[in-house]
Amino acid sequence: MLKINNLHVKLEEEDKQILNGLSLEVPAGQVHAIMGPNGSGKSTLSYVLSGRDGYEVTEGGATLDGRDLLAMEPEERAAAGLFLAFQYPVEIPGVGNMTFLRTAVNAQRKARGEEELSSGEFLKLVRAKAKDLQIDADMLKRPVNVGFSGGEKKRNEILQMAMLEPRMCIMDETDSGLDVDAMRLVADGVNALRSADRSFLVITHYQRLLNHIQPDVVHILSNGRIIKTGGPELALQVEEEGYGDILSEAG
Amino acid sequence: MTEITDLDVRDGVDRETVETVQNMGSYKYGWNTEIEMDFAPKGVNEDIVRLISQKNEEPEWMTEWRLDAYRRWVTMSEPRWAMLNYPDIDYQDQYYYARPKSMEVKPKSLDEVDPTLLATYEKLGIPLKEQMILAGVEGAEETPAEARKVAVDAVFDSVSLGTTFKDELAKAGVIFCPISEAIREHPELVKKYLGSVVPQSDNFFATLNSAVFSDGSFVYVPPGVRCPMELSTYFRINAENTGQFERTLIIADKGSYVSYLEGCTAPKRDTHQLHAAVVEIVILEDAEVKYSTVQNWYPGDEEGKGGIYNFVTKRADCREARAKVMWTQVETGSAITWKYPSCILRGEEAQGEFYSIAIANNFQQADTGTKMIHLGRNTRSRIVSKGISAGQAQNTYRGLVSMHPRATNSRNYTQCDSLLIGDKCGAHTVPYIEVKNTSSRVEHEATTSKVDDDQLFYCRSRGMDEEEAVALVVNGFCREVLQALPMEFAMEAQSLVAISLEGSVG
Repeated sequence: MLKINNLHVKLEEEDKQILNGLSLEVPAGQVHAIMGPNGSGKSTLSYVLSGRDGYEVTEGGATLDGRDLLAMEPEERAAAGLFLAFQYPVEIPGVGNMTFLRTAVNAQRKARGEEELSSGEFLKLVRAKAKDLQIDADMLKRPVNVGFSGGEKKRNEILQMAMLEPRMCIMDETDSGLDVDAMRLVADGVNALRSADRSFLVITHYQRLLNHIQPDVVHILSNGRIIKTGGPELALQVEEEGYGDILSEAG
Repeated sequence: MTEITDLDVRDGVDRETVETVQNMGSYKYGWNTEIEMDFAPKGVNEDIVRLISQKNEEPEWMTEWRLDAYRRWVTMSEPRWAMLNYPDIDYQDQYYYARPKSMEVKPKSLDEVDPTLLATYEKLGIPLKEQMILAGVEGAEETPAEARKVAVDAVFDSVSLGTTFKDELAKAGVIFCPISEAIREHPELVKKYLGSVVPQSDNFFATLNSAVFSDGSFVYVPPGVRCPMELSTYFRINAENTGQFERTLIIADKGSYVSYLEGCTAPKRDTHQLHAAVVEIVILEDAEVKYSTVQNWYPGDEEGKGGIYNFVTKRADCREARAKVMWTQVETGSAITWKYPSCILRGEEAQGEFYSIAIANNFQQADTGTKMIHLGRNTRSRIVSKGISAGQAQNTYRGLVSMHPRATNSRNYTQCDSLLIGDKCGAHTVPYIEVKNTSSRVEHEATTSKVDDDQLFYCRSRGMDEEEAVALVVNGFCREVLQALPMEFAMEAQSLVAISLEGSVG
């Protein structure tokens, strides 16, 4: 599904290399976790894949289902099935959460040549999905992320994910700022979305989220490259020993 | 009527025009070349004023009223204090009267009506039956009415084309008709109120309007009557080099209520077109008027060529106790906008509200705002202004809040927000505040912000394209004002916001 090949990325504004030949492949139906210390390039990876301005790809590439991801506009990537759950979801004053969701869902449907959802169909769908995530009607009416608590913001991201039904979900430190209960809710939401043709790339600093979302593969990112790949036990090792040993092992 | 955009008329109408002017005997210059079209000759002078008056079959007092205005106008000079930059307007190079092809031959069905005309009606959300009536389709009046009711008066260039739902309104005692008709049929009302809010000598543009206004809408809601439907006027400038000068007079008698919508469009022209309208609203004791405008005059192209020069005087007089007015405007069009819908809060406890969205893109310039003149005790006013600038546009909010010595315990709250898209546009806020008593309170809040890249990226990462994303963010910025609009208009306004900002990013 997602293939990243020898990706080199630098910041556009300053001459600073962030990713140095990152390669990674996430097959359909799998959950991969990327762990790494601060400054290893985790967030850059998620932004580059979703098409945020400010980064320059100097070498390598990435494809989604064989399509050149980096050649597409952010909205085209979304329509192609890519979704990024933001570490810091953005507030949009005055725009109702429901309006935002419907605009997004219909924009993607339109881009894919599908019929737009009517208000009635949409409402039914969003209410059902919101209920699973314990998002109440009030939160759907409030402006996007404005005045939301940390937990509400992250649940809202998962609601968007559930509504947009992407094929490839990238979760950028979704666990940051969540208490245990909120994390369980988010994890349950994600687990409910797991399926044979949907993949996840879970970017996280800590192992604890991976207790709730069981990964198939764990990668350790350092200095802009994957330095070690293993099973779920690798995450446990990081939790117990920190990154030190793995980093020195990789030289 | 079917070829309304194409004024190559040589039917009865222009012969009549020729005769009228010939009978007056003084204006002949340039006449023959101009007669090919159904225009009065270019320029303005006393004869043109008389011609317009005569065309509308006005009584003598009205002709004199106009001439009085004209004589004042020639002594006045154009105001230049606004933050607007435009070349001098040659007032003698405009047509002051243009009339669509004679409506003698009526289309049999909607199929025969100019599709662009119907499309414009449709865009304004005018139901089919009213479209038929407005387009002059035979037998339209007998067609059963649809569920939603908005009575519509349409003014093309200088002439009112027709008003719908007249009978039903008449049953409620509401008069809604072209002002030309009101001058003939209801002279006592017109005499009493015309110019009582915006006097003939008010300002350069209003005075010009007083002299040459050709038509417009007239509304009278009798005491205690809640107008059974929303009233709507649709203005369109069609003909080239034609100024449009419509005049609207609304009178809400004691304890009455009316909601009035105004929509404006104009076709694309390379040359600038002049629009100088006057709207007067008189509100008596306990009455309430809501006046909503979606102004979508042609703004000119991306290089600033063409577009409407919009110089409009709108004023409501809350003449008696507890009178209430609410102005809501969405200004997306015009190359130049000079417009300050104002409230005179004369009666005790009178209330004025002003909600405005002004969008300026490309080379558009807008200098708009409101005046809240507090004269009575315990009067209240509220101003919410949202200015959006994109491209190389300049957007100025200019507002006056004035608390007179007798307006004790009065209050005003003003909120002025500006949003910038791109780095070549400008937003300016010029509030004037005068408080002449010690018990009144005036609050002013202003913010300026830029459309945030993070917001746009967030929207785009969810599948919206850049323009959709900008429209969404901007609509969010305008929400308080959009909510003040009647439902149908709010939808129209939202999509207009999106259209106006097309090409403003990237």
